[in-house]
Amino acid sequence: MAPLSEHPPMATAAKEPMLPAPFRIEKVGQETVDTFTVDLVPVGDNGGFSFLPGQFNMIYVFGVGEVPISISSDPENTQRFQHTTRVVGAVTRGMGHLKKGDTLGIRGPFGTHWPVEQAEGRDVVVVTGGIGLAPLRPALYYLMGHREKFHRIVLLYGARTPEDILFRRELERWRSKFDVDIQVTVDRGTLGWRGNVGVVTTMIGRAPFDPANTVALACGPEVMMRFALMEFQRRGVPSERIYLSMERNMKCAIGFCGHCQYGPTFICKDGPVFRFDRIESIFNKAEI
Amino acid sequence: MIQTLEGIVSEHPFFKGLDARYIQLIAGCAKNVRFREGEIVFREGDAADQFFFIREGLVAVELMVPHRGFTTLQTVGEGDALGWSWLIPPYQWRFGARTLQPTRALVFDGKCLRRKCEDDHDLGYEILKRFLHVVTERLESTRLQLLDLYGAPV
Repeated sequence: MAPLSEHPPMATAAKEPMLPAPFRIEKVGQETVDTFTVDLVPVGDNGGFSFLPGQFNMIYVFGVGEVPISISSDPENTQRFQHTTRVVGAVTRGMGHLKKGDTLGIRGPFGTHWPVEQAEGRDVVVVTGGIGLAPLRPALYYLMGHREKFHRIVLLYGARTPEDILFRRELERWRSKFDVDIQVTVDRGTLGWRGNVGVVTTMIGRAPFDPANTVALACGPEVMMRFALMEFQRRGVPSERIYLSMERNMKCAIGFCGHCQYGPTFICKDGPVFRFDRIESIFNKAEI
Repeated sequence: MIQTLEGIVSEHPFFKGLDARYIQLIAGCAKNVRFREGEIVFREGDAADQFFFIREGLVAVELMVPHRGFTTLQTVGEGDALGWSWLIPPYQWRFGARTLQPTRALVFDGKCLRRKCEDDHDLGYEILKRFLHVVTERLESTRLQLLDLYGAPV
């Protein structure tokens, strides 16, 4: 298995970053009532597709429009990749209507990635909520695939209800290995749910990790990340070892159009994954 | 090695920094308790004369909702405090609690501790400060839950 560093992000090499390449849908799988995953393979022989955990693609649904969506599959599978998204607008709705054999246009991958290699030898704590698990899934694949390189691995995941839990089979499989600590909570328990009920960020306080030797990764609604940060800081995890995936309206994905400007940075090229100390001064500003 | 109640109480983060003489007083109102899975810890409306610190297990704080049955509002687990109705008149549980897993806890005699707090307001202040922290945390969590952060964007 090749290390991740041998798979440079395609965006850095792409000659035409604004030109979508055709990819064929191999499978469409329903994750929850409003969330689905598409499996994509290159059309023709274009040498596969490599990306780093946390990066995103611009997905063009022909005749409808283009949206940025994080890649949600194993970064070490270069023959096929996945996008998991919720139906939130015309493009994702159009995407949800596509079937196996249909074609999508892909630009990417773009953006920064989760620091999985820098986290080696440390505890890794992943905090996520809702659809935020999808951009973290490639990092989780990497962590699980290279388990021996990390100390403790803790995943804290919050969903709206038990029916909204994403990637249930994988979570169960990873948890069954007994060498990772996976805790799931829901905001609202439904009949038959016997697990945790409550906000995911409250789990950080009692999660088993050593703050002095921890890398924290967080992705989810910004309010959730704000509270997660407070908890990490309360536990003593320094800002330079906390990473967040930020979200803004991205259009060009290469830092030209300015739609995703975030203070002095652009989410599309300086992010979406930021080391917290680099955005600390603007993170909680309502105007930005 | 068998740990004394005083030792358990003094090591609990909730009591961190509390004067040793208070630890002794508080431990005097405490005992260990075990619940089987599915057991009622307390019922909504009953007299609230106790509070708990969960040492192991998972407990659902629940409310009986007509046509829906017992609805879990929140779960508390290892290290968490359970119950503050013993501090506030009329000292009745506002919600019920039921174990979701076999649970070990420290149970404190609320009446006994209330009396000690009345006798020594410094102790009362320390206890209230600590419970205020728990209540604030729960309020924050409830507000976040109400926001329905993971729901469809509007």
